[in-house]
Amino acid sequence: MDRRDFLKKTLTGGMAAGATLVFPEIGRVWAASQGGDSAAWDLVAVRGREPDQMFDSGIASMGGIQTFVPRGSKVLVKPNIGWDVPPERAGNTHPALVKRIVEHCLSAGAKDVTVFDHTCDNWTRTYRNSGIEKAVKDAGGRIISGDSKGYYQKVDVPMGKRLTEARVHQALLEADVFINVPVLKHHSSSMVTIGMKNLMGVVWDRWYWHRNDLHQCIADFASFRAPDLTVVDAYNVMTRNGPRGVSVNDVVSMKAQVISTDFVAADAAAAKLFGTEPAEVRHIQIASDMNLGRMNLGDLSINRIRL
Amino acid sequence: MRIRHLRPFRISIALVFFLLTLFLFLDFRDSVSRAIAGEVLFLQFVPSLLKFLDTAAIGAGGFILVLVITLLFGRVYCSFVCPLGIFQDLISRLARKRISGPGKKKNRYRFSYSRPHYFLWYAVLILTVLLYLAGSGLMLNLLDPFSSFGRMVSTLFRPLVLGANNLGASVLEQLGIHFLYRVQWPVFVPVSTGIALVTLMVVGWLSIRHGRLYCNTLCPVGALLGLFSKISMFRIRIAPDACGSCRQCQRACKAGCIDLKRETVDVSRCVACFNCLAACPGQGLAIRNHWRRKVSHNPPAPGRRGFLLGLAAAGMGLGSSRVNAGPVKPVDSTDPFGPGIQTRPTTIPETRTGPISPPGSVSVARFSSLCTACHLCVSVCPSRILVPAFLDYGPSGMLQPKMDFRSGHCNYDCTNCLEICPTGAIQPLSRKEKQQAQVGVARFIKENCVVYTDNTNCGACSEHCPTKAVAMVHYLTLPDRDLLIPEVKPDICVGCGGCEYACPTKPYKAIYVDGNPVHKIAEKPVEKAVEQRIDTSGEFPF
Repeated sequence: MDRRDFLKKTLTGGMAAGATLVFPEIGRVWAASQGGDSAAWDLVAVRGREPDQMFDSGIASMGGIQTFVPRGSKVLVKPNIGWDVPPERAGNTHPALVKRIVEHCLSAGAKDVTVFDHTCDNWTRTYRNSGIEKAVKDAGGRIISGDSKGYYQKVDVPMGKRLTEARVHQALLEADVFINVPVLKHHSSSMVTIGMKNLMGVVWDRWYWHRNDLHQCIADFASFRAPDLTVVDAYNVMTRNGPRGVSVNDVVSMKAQVISTDFVAADAAAAKLFGTEPAEVRHIQIASDMNLGRMNLGDLSINRIRL
Repeated sequence: MRIRHLRPFRISIALVFFLLTLFLFLDFRDSVSRAIAGEVLFLQFVPSLLKFLDTAAIGAGGFILVLVITLLFGRVYCSFVCPLGIFQDLISRLARKRISGPGKKKNRYRFSYSRPHYFLWYAVLILTVLLYLAGSGLMLNLLDPFSSFGRMVSTLFRPLVLGANNLGASVLEQLGIHFLYRVQWPVFVPVSTGIALVTLMVVGWLSIRHGRLYCNTLCPVGALLGLFSKISMFRIRIAPDACGSCRQCQRACKAGCIDLKRETVDVSRCVACFNCLAACPGQGLAIRNHWRRKVSHNPPAPGRRGFLLGLAAAGMGLGSSRVNAGPVKPVDSTDPFGPGIQTRPTTIPETRTGPISPPGSVSVARFSSLCTACHLCVSVCPSRILVPAFLDYGPSGMLQPKMDFRSGHCNYDCTNCLEICPTGAIQPLSRKEKQQAQVGVARFIKENCVVYTDNTNCGACSEHCPTKAVAMVHYLTLPDRDLLIPEVKPDICVGCGGCEYACPTKPYKAIYVDGNPVHKIAEKPVEKAVEQRIDTSGEFPF
C-alpha cells in the first residue's frame, strides 16, 4: 500500500465514521454507494461508542455489509451465548451488536439470518437472559436451538491434527455467509476467548476438545470453515473469572470492536486489546503456523477508527 | 341446580383439574407451569398434608379444605380433583366405548354392586400410616394417587410428547419453520419406568374391569376420605318409595357401592361422581342432609383426631432418619457426549459418600422424609439433572429425585424445582439463598486430570464454575505452554456440578461433587477490585 492509498482509505474511513456519528442511519446508505474498493482493509478497529454505532462505522469502512452478504443469501450469525448472565456481565456477545448485524444483513437483502449457539448453561435461559433472543427477533432474524444432537452432522476436519472429525450444527453447513461475533473475555482454559474459541459453540462434543489438547483442537477446527467476517465485541470486557464471570466487578468498559475477514488477525488484535501477546495464546500461534490467517499485525492494513 | 346436573358439573371441574395437572408435567417448554402450579396443586391431599406437617402454614392447608369438603359432601376429591381418579374414569370411558361400540346403547352402563374389601383397604391405610410413623414413606410414595399419576406422566407419557415434538420439529424444520425445537430426552431410570408401568397396568386394568376398585381397595387417601365421608353431611340415598328398581343407578356406579337389594349406598366407597343421579329415570335417588337428625353428635371430631394423628406422624417421621447412604456406582462410560476416542481411560473411581438432594431441601434426611416422588421437579428441571434414585436414599427413598450431573449441571440462577415442589420437600428459597445453598462440595482427583495425564490445558471445570470455587492455578511451564490445574475452594463451592458435568475424562471424572448429608451455607466469593492491566484510554495497542 502506498501513501496515497493509505490517505485515501483513512479519509474514507474517517468520513464514514463521521457520517455515522452525525446521521446514525446514513452509514448503510453511504457504505452502499462506496463500491468494493474500500474493502481492502485487512482489519478495522473501532473505539469509543456503543456496540451498534461502532459496527456501523467499522462495517462502512469495509465497504458495507453487502460486500460480504450477497442478496438472497442465507446468513449465519454466531455470537457467544454461552452463559445465563445479563448483558452487563459481558459473558455473552452484546445484544445491541447482534441486533445491528442482523439488521445490516437483512437490509443488504439476505434471504434469512439465523442465530444460534451450543450453550454451556441451559439454553432457553441463556438465550433469554443474554438479551440476544429478543435482539434477534426484534431485528427480524431467526434464533434457533443448538441443544439437540439431532441438529449436528458429522463432518471431516481434513487439516486437523487432534480433531479430525466433528459434529457441526446444520445451520452452519447450510449457510452461504458465516459471520462470527465473539465477545472478548478472559478464559480459564484458553487464557482468552475470542473468534476461534467461539467456534466451539457450533460443534456438539466439546468434551473431546478439552480431553485432546484444547488449543490444538481449537486451531484444528478453525481450518474447517473460516468465517467470512469476524466481529469481536470488546465493548465490555471480562478481565478475570472467565468465561462465566462471578460478578460485574470482573468487567471493565473498553468500548472497542475489531472487524476482519481474517479471524486469526481479529483474534490477534483482540488479544492485544486484552493486554496479551497473540503468540502467548497457543491456539492463535498454532493457527498462524497452520497458515489459517495472519497473527502478525504489523503485516496488516489496519483502519483505526475513534468515535 | 337439579341433582341430575351434578354429573356434568363434576365432569367439567374434573377435566379442568386433570388437564391443568397433566399440563404441569408436560410443559417442557416451561411456559406457565411454575406460575400456576401452586394454585393447581393446592388441593392435592398427600403433598399438602406433608407440607403442612413440615411448615404448619395456612398456605399448605389444602388438605384441610379437602377434609372439610369431604365432611360436607363425601369424597368429592376423588372425582373432582384426584388426577389418578379422573385418569381411571377416562380409561374406563374409552374402554367402554371400544368394547361396546357405537349404537349399542344397552351397554352404556355395565357395573354392578360389588362386595366391599374393607379389610384390605384399611390394612393398606393402617400399614401406610404405621410405616410412615416408623420412618419409611415408601408405601405412601408408591400409593399416593397424585404422585403415582405424576410418575406415570413424567416417565411414560412425557417421553411420548417429547418424541412427537421432536418429530414435528424436524418436519417443520424442513419447511424452514422453527416454531418447534427439538429437545433432549430425560435420563432413563429403569426402576422408575418399571414402577410407573406396573402402576399404569394395575390402575388401567382395574379401571377397565372394575371402575374405581383401585380407589376402594388400594388407595390410602381413598380409605381415609372414606372414613370421613361415612359421617358426611350430604349423602346420596335411595328413596324406596320412588325407586322403580330399574337398576340403572347400580349399573352406572363405578364404585359398585349401590346395593339395591338392601336399598343402601355405601358412602365410604362412593366417590361422588354423581353418575347414579344422572342415570336414574325417576326420583329414586336423593341427596339428604344426615346431620339434621343427629345434632347431638360432634362431626368434626374425627377431623381433629386425624389431624393430631398426622402431626404425630410427622414428628416421628422427621425424627427418624432412614437414609442409607451407600457408595454410588461409577458413572456409566456410555455417556451422551458422543464417540470421543480416549487414549488413556482414567483409573481412580470417584468416592461418593451419599446422594445429593436438591437445593432447598435442607438435608438429605429431611428431603427423604417429605418427598412423595411425584417427579414434578424432575419434569421442570431444565438441565435434566434431577433423576429418580434407586437405593441412594435407602430403600424407603426409592424414586425420590437426586441430583445427577451426567447430563447437565444445576443452573446457578435457576429456581424451578424450588418454586414447584408441592410437598415443600424442596423449600422455596429465594434465588440468593439458593445460590449459597451448598448441596455438596467438589472433589478433585489430580491423577485423573487431563492437565496431569496429558500436560495439555483443559480447565473445563473452572469454566463452568459460577463462583470460581474451582480456580485454575499455575502447575507447570513447558517450552510452548503454561499449564494451569484446578484448585477447589470448598468454602465457596455450592455443589452445582458444573465442574463434574464439564470434566471430559472417562470413565471416571477428575472432579466430582460429593453430597452434603446436611446442606451448608456457602460463603460468597470475595470480590477484589479489578487490576487495571487493560487499556481503557481509547488507544489502539497495535
